[in-house]
Amino acid sequence: MSAGTTEPSGSWTVRLRERIVGIVPSGEWLPDRQPVYVRSWIYVFGVATLAALAYVIASGVILVIGGSAWWHTNSLGHFVNSTHLWSVELFFMFMVVHLWGMFVMAAWRGKRGLTWVTGAVAFLGSIGTAFTGYLSQSNFDSQWISTQAKDGLNSMGIGAVFNVLNTGQMLLWHVMLLPLVLGVIVVVHVVLVRRHGVVPPIGAVAPAEQAGTPSLQVAPQRTPMVADEPVSLGRRP
Amino acid sequence: MSASAVAARRGGRDTTPDSRAFATRPYDLVKELVVALVVVGVLVAGLAAALSSPDRPALSLQSWSKAAPADVVATATAELAGTSTSAGYGPPYNSASEGAKLGPLPLQRWAGVRIPVDSAQDLVLAPLSTVTGDPTLRDALAAWSSAPEATRLGWATTYGEALAAAPDGDPAKVAAGSYGPVPLLAERFLRLAGTGGLEGLLVTQASFYGTDATKPLLLLADGAYIEDRARADHLGGDQWGMMNETGNYPGQPWMWLYTFWYQVPPFSTSGNADALVLALMALLTAVFVCVPFVPGLRSIPARLGIYRLIWREHVG
Repeated sequence: MSAGTTEPSGSWTVRLRERIVGIVPSGEWLPDRQPVYVRSWIYVFGVATLAALAYVIASGVILVIGGSAWWHTNSLGHFVNSTHLWSVELFFMFMVVHLWGMFVMAAWRGKRGLTWVTGAVAFLGSIGTAFTGYLSQSNFDSQWISTQAKDGLNSMGIGAVFNVLNTGQMLLWHVMLLPLVLGVIVVVHVVLVRRHGVVPPIGAVAPAEQAGTPSLQVAPQRTPMVADEPVSLGRRP
Repeated sequence: MSASAVAARRGGRDTTPDSRAFATRPYDLVKELVVALVVVGVLVAGLAAALSSPDRPALSLQSWSKAAPADVVATATAELAGTSTSAGYGPPYNSASEGAKLGPLPLQRWAGVRIPVDSAQDLVLAPLSTVTGDPTLRDALAAWSSAPEATRLGWATTYGEALAAAPDGDPAKVAAGSYGPVPLLAERFLRLAGTGGLEGLLVTQASFYGTDATKPLLLLADGAYIEDRARADHLGGDQWGMMNETGNYPGQPWMWLYTFWYQVPPFSTSGNADALVLALMALLTAVFVCVPFVPGLRSIPARLGIYRLIWREHVG
């Protein structure tokens, strides 16, 4: 096709490109400005969670390079394992604060339902990933936790497929399958955050709706109520 | 209170405006991320250097045989008698029982025997059959395999009861009785464990590259030694054990709610606690994920009013 030729309207490539480009509004991938109401320490914990996750992944990759038993016999390996442990602990601490912050802000408002869902699933996926990490340590903790956990999972029929006593299976789930799934969910979560922006305060109305008012305002209390409607999953009009 | 706040409290229509309609201020996302990476990096390195991480060595079947030989003999006997935990477990290991049920639903049975384990054969007799140069053991194995099943179970059950009645469970102090070849099989099993080769025999039954520890872990869990060690490390089921780890380390505090249910009635007194707790946690998990879509739940933040602390300059 020569330069300047218009792409056929039925082009799958064009549709896919437009779809990808349209996921996040122009300039919102890395904005240098935020709404004036974004002014609280609670917003830091989302980024802190991502920073801790970066250290979880980096330390995990080094442990993978060394092999599953390296950290038992090598002082450097043991230190790397310690950074893996503490980055995981911080990751969960930051994530829980972030989660509670988003809850008290009802951050699912304004078509952000799917953002909450992906965040919640990422939290649950993180618990599963950390759990398989404890099962993969090949030490006494692994022995005890696996022999105890099998009963709960077997009681629901899960243990027949997800065998916590199978060290090889748990290690592969921990270093490959679950991080891959979790990584995709986290990426989707962050993309949704950028797509919809930071949720406005509860009760706020946009300045444009308040004629002659320069900043955030609260609407009159006697505005008529409307019927209960489910929260949107966030598809932009 | 604004109309949208009232709507949020009552679960009314979502009137949240577009965030891009508001005035903005400079905000350096990249700088925030870099600062977070530096601060978290310092925290991680500092905590790792100062507090390290736990690594209590795994129990070996050899260390078990030296520390608690009577427990090894009792466990081997229970495997032969079919009275061990794994022997009567049910799916996914065998069909000895139906397993746990969730109300009328036998989920454990429905999953089927996907990881077949014959406790007597796989955990005791198969490893013993690999021993060479021991004609006494060979004769004992032959006597066991040629006897009717009822006779075998009678020998092992009787010997297990005699062990339980002996002082400290000491096999040397067991009263005389008709135990067939069971005492010798159990004693040779203890000896085999003492050589350090038993784990390998259990792990590599199916493959040279053994990565599946199901059988040695089931054997270990059938004994009392591992639980004794775990309880000494505050890891027992009634000690919030699943979320703890050895030493003074935080373990998995994010599993507190799952572990919590095991500590309180009716779960703490139920023989079906595993299925009940898992089902409850599945329900709570579904509610947690669906908070934005559940009327009443989604209006809790507006009712709590904690958001006013976060947006104190921007809400009335």
